[in-house]
Amino acid sequence: MPRKATSGQVFTRGMWRENPVLIQMLGLCPALAVTNTVVNGLAMGLATFFVLFCSSLLVSTFRKLIPQEVRISTYILIIATFVTIADMTLEAMVPEIHKALGAFIALIVVNCMILGRQEAFASKNTVGRSLLDAVGTGIGFIIALLLMGAIREVLGYGTFVGIPIYGANYEPWIIFILPPGGFFTIGFILLALNWWERRKLERARPGEVPGRIAVERAA
Amino acid sequence: MSGAGAGNGEKRVLPQAPEGAPPAPEPKEVPAWRLLLTLGAAGALAGLLIVFVYQVTQPRIQAYKAMMLRLAVSEVLRAPARWDTLYVYEGALTATPPEGVVAEDTVFLGYREDGIRVGFAITGAEPGFQDFIELIFGYDAETSTVIGMKVLSSKETPGLGDKIEKDSAFVAEFEGPEVPLQGVKAARATGAANEVDMITGATISSRTVIGIINHQLERLGPMLEAYLEEAS
Repeated sequence: MPRKATSGQVFTRGMWRENPVLIQMLGLCPALAVTNTVVNGLAMGLATFFVLFCSSLLVSTFRKLIPQEVRISTYILIIATFVTIADMTLEAMVPEIHKALGAFIALIVVNCMILGRQEAFASKNTVGRSLLDAVGTGIGFIIALLLMGAIREVLGYGTFVGIPIYGANYEPWIIFILPPGGFFTIGFILLALNWWERRKLERARPGEVPGRIAVERAA
Repeated sequence: MSGAGAGNGEKRVLPQAPEGAPPAPEPKEVPAWRLLLTLGAAGALAGLLIVFVYQVTQPRIQAYKAMMLRLAVSEVLRAPARWDTLYVYEGALTATPPEGVVAEDTVFLGYREDGIRVGFAITGAEPGFQDFIELIFGYDAETSTVIGMKVLSSKETPGLGDKIEKDSAFVAEFEGPEVPLQGVKAARATGAANEVDMITGATISSRTVIGIINHQLERLGPMLEAYLEEAS
């Protein structure tokens, strides 16, 4: 049994050490589908953040009132409500981005990262800790989507947030804005992360195990 | 959920391990009315919230759609001074459909400053490579030529099929060709007045755009003629 995480740990771990996309491999569908530009990735990240935050707020507030038997359906109902709200709000405020994200806004409902946080954390913790966890995880999701979006936009369009960064001679690497490019990008990011993690482990002196691995060993 | 986390294959421990919560006590039997009440209350609240947000956002969404349509009509008819909205009703065009009837289609008839007709703006949609391509085009019934074309919505492949809206050379092909349009590969172009150069690597998307225009004109062409004759 791991010891109870401090509030600080609850807040920061989702950002990197337990990043929902890069470490936990959750929410890969939007992370692959809409990250062909930085702006699209950011918009999807913010929409997901909003849904995660509001759902965690409601689920942790009413956690004692929701019977075990219907908890999953209640969570999904709550999540779907906020997704619909996010969908309509985006369409009213930023129609161009809404058009670019298309069906993937509605598909936030089935993002297992959000349901996972409700089931694993918000339903068992106080409102304050649940919100910290939601903010941390949400930021982690945004970081991952921004990373993917930046790599794919720079290679696939030759721009960064719409600003050209190469000369006119650059022939865009179109595969990176197509679906296969998403798989390539996440593959290379994971390769780099794992290589780095392993190297850190090998270099650590005996008895001193760094970072994430230490947490896992303790558990 | 935990299955996804374990999919890493390595010796990672699931990060979603319970947070120091005491082991859950044996679940008590919960009466059915509580389950119904919980879901019913949650559903009612969700419905209320959504209706509220819908009321707030809908005017903006509609206004934006109307604005985009106005811009599109103006673009494909080369900035007419004004235009009439006509409805397709029982095989003819009418400016005033009977009350309570939903028109099958709408077309826009644009006029220049001096009252001379510029042409019709007609919308159409057909399945493209991935999803429906929706477009609007301007049509001059007197010379039987297309004035201009603008894609309203499409989900074609980025970098290939989406050139139907982003590649200005392809869009420019629709300035002035005669109908019915004939899509050709650039290398085989003969220079005929009804030829449109298709996009290399996006044959299906190009063909769909050409098809929408031809089919809509086949269907609506006689009505347009009839309306013009009646009006003059």
